[in-house]
Amino acid sequence: MNATALIAEDEPLLAASLQAELRGQWPELAVAGIAPNGPAAVAMALEHRPDVLFLDVRMPGRTGIEAAQELAEEWPEGTPLPLIVFVTAYDEYALRAFDLAAVDYVLKPVRADRLALTCTRLKEGLAKRRGGASDTLDQLRQLLGGAVPAASTRLTVIQASAGNAIHMVRVDDVIYFEAADKYVRLVTAEREHLIRTSLRELLPQLDTQRFWQVHRGTVVRADAIATATRDESGKLTLSLRGHTDKLPVSRLYSHLFKGM
Amino acid sequence: MSNDASPRHFLRHAGLVICINTLIAACLVVSDAGKTFLSQFIYAQSIGLVTWALIDFGRFAIQRDPDSGWPKGWRAIALPAFGVTVGNIVGSVIGDLLTGLDRMSVLHHHSTREMLGHLLYFGTIGGVVAYFFWATGRAKHFAEVIATTRREAAETQLMLLQSQLEPHMLFNTLANLRALISADPNRAQEMLDHLIAFLRSTLSASRTVQHPLSTEFERTADYLALMKIRMGERLATDLDLPGDLAGAMVPTLLLQPLVENAIKHGLEPHIAGGRISVHARRDGRHLVIDVRDTGVGLDAAASAQGTQFGLEQVRKRLSTRHGDLATLTLSAATDAAGGTLASVRLPLETP
Repeated sequence: MNATALIAEDEPLLAASLQAELRGQWPELAVAGIAPNGPAAVAMALEHRPDVLFLDVRMPGRTGIEAAQELAEEWPEGTPLPLIVFVTAYDEYALRAFDLAAVDYVLKPVRADRLALTCTRLKEGLAKRRGGASDTLDQLRQLLGGAVPAASTRLTVIQASAGNAIHMVRVDDVIYFEAADKYVRLVTAEREHLIRTSLRELLPQLDTQRFWQVHRGTVVRADAIATATRDESGKLTLSLRGHTDKLPVSRLYSHLFKGM
Repeated sequence: MSNDASPRHFLRHAGLVICINTLIAACLVVSDAGKTFLSQFIYAQSIGLVTWALIDFGRFAIQRDPDSGWPKGWRAIALPAFGVTVGNIVGSVIGDLLTGLDRMSVLHHHSTREMLGHLLYFGTIGGVVAYFFWATGRAKHFAEVIATTRREAAETQLMLLQSQLEPHMLFNTLANLRALISADPNRAQEMLDHLIAFLRSTLSASRTVQHPLSTEFERTADYLALMKIRMGERLATDLDLPGDLAGAMVPTLLLQPLVENAIKHGLEPHIAGGRISVHARRDGRHLVIDVRDTGVGLDAAASAQGTQFGLEQVRKRLSTRHGDLATLTLSAATDAAGGTLASVRLPLETP
């Protein structure tokens, strides 16, 4: 059984060149397609379920890192995640994060000798994976853990505008935050508010000891969690104190709930 | 002035004054053998130091000219005159106390003419010393201004260069070039020509201040050609420069930051890509250049970092040259295609 790959790259020339380069280095690797942007990368990966994924970091719609995170959460249970190689032209911040998380990455322009090393690593990884182990989740966790630099300012009050009033919501009253398109929903025991920001911008301003990310789009106040229940397929769901909503926990964050 | 009121400044001045006073005392002993050096020294020091203190500290009580640290207008003369007169009287009293002599009463027995002569004599010395301090203070201040301006100019130039030669853009372009070399050598050569022209204009922009609008359009075309090779189908461009405006003089790299913003924050994040158009037109005695993209729009781009520096630079350079007569506005495009419109308006200058 030959390995399959997917290339996500918004610049057509670079995508074609990486594909040609791979054909020379690893003829047995079947490239299932080229995704021209972040959302397409997620959709195509879920459709083709490749063994290997080359993700450009800077793409329209979603960054490569965001696409990887989304895939980890949407990936069907029981099938191993693809091995991920990030591709970047120059991005000091990303490179540091990659080093910390021990994920493989190649720099553009992709050099033959460097790509050969990546191919060797991928082949080893795939051989190991056939035995059932997968490091991809751990790597992504580390990558995402290192990807949220703590901001110097901690939010204590969030200003949520509604019509011509501005509600001053105490952060301590928020039970959970949920990403909703371009907004973030703030859910408190009494009501909910919408604020015009992204969860990604909000996260660094929260105390991560008290507010846990449990899903790509959900951050919950830890002391508002009543129970975490695991169903037969292994999926975790949280019930809350002071609210009837149930929150799903994604695979990336299920390690937070181990029991004592 | 930066260190105008620092203790070091006053100590340095006091030291200088003491040296000058000693010199005056020595001159007086030579010219008037009736006095001992010690008594002349004491009088000279007390008169000199009081005069200096009145003037140097007095400056801070009066509205000063920021260029020299000295009072403005007539006060510039009045302060030293006041300092010299009062310094003479107070200094003589202190001298009397210290030496046990009685110069003040001796002065009373002198004729008015001798009194005036005495005042003129010390006034001239005081005036010369005050002028010396004023001149050195001013020179020092301007030297500082020049150094600061130079440093700021160098920093701005460096930042401009950094913003122009963004490593991500450069490496991505090189990666494309590398891919083209084997796939399509002719296009690779074409791309390299655009890259060379783009780099040359970026590096020389810091040296020339103005150039014709046609040259600015050529440089913009170079940059857009590079971006077109990179973005492929996702980028459409149209440049429109009426023939009669080709010779209009504009600041170098005026459009570059605007076009770069339109691509980086408008079109690159837009999944479908879009079109960028650059149009120049005449509006009475003004030249108007519109840079319009059909990208994600201002709202989405506002959160992106790095837009501000380029725009700030454009505004700064426009106002340096034209003051309030030139403007740069950034607004949401009003038609159905959406996106952002950056519009530069400046006085039409034809050579």
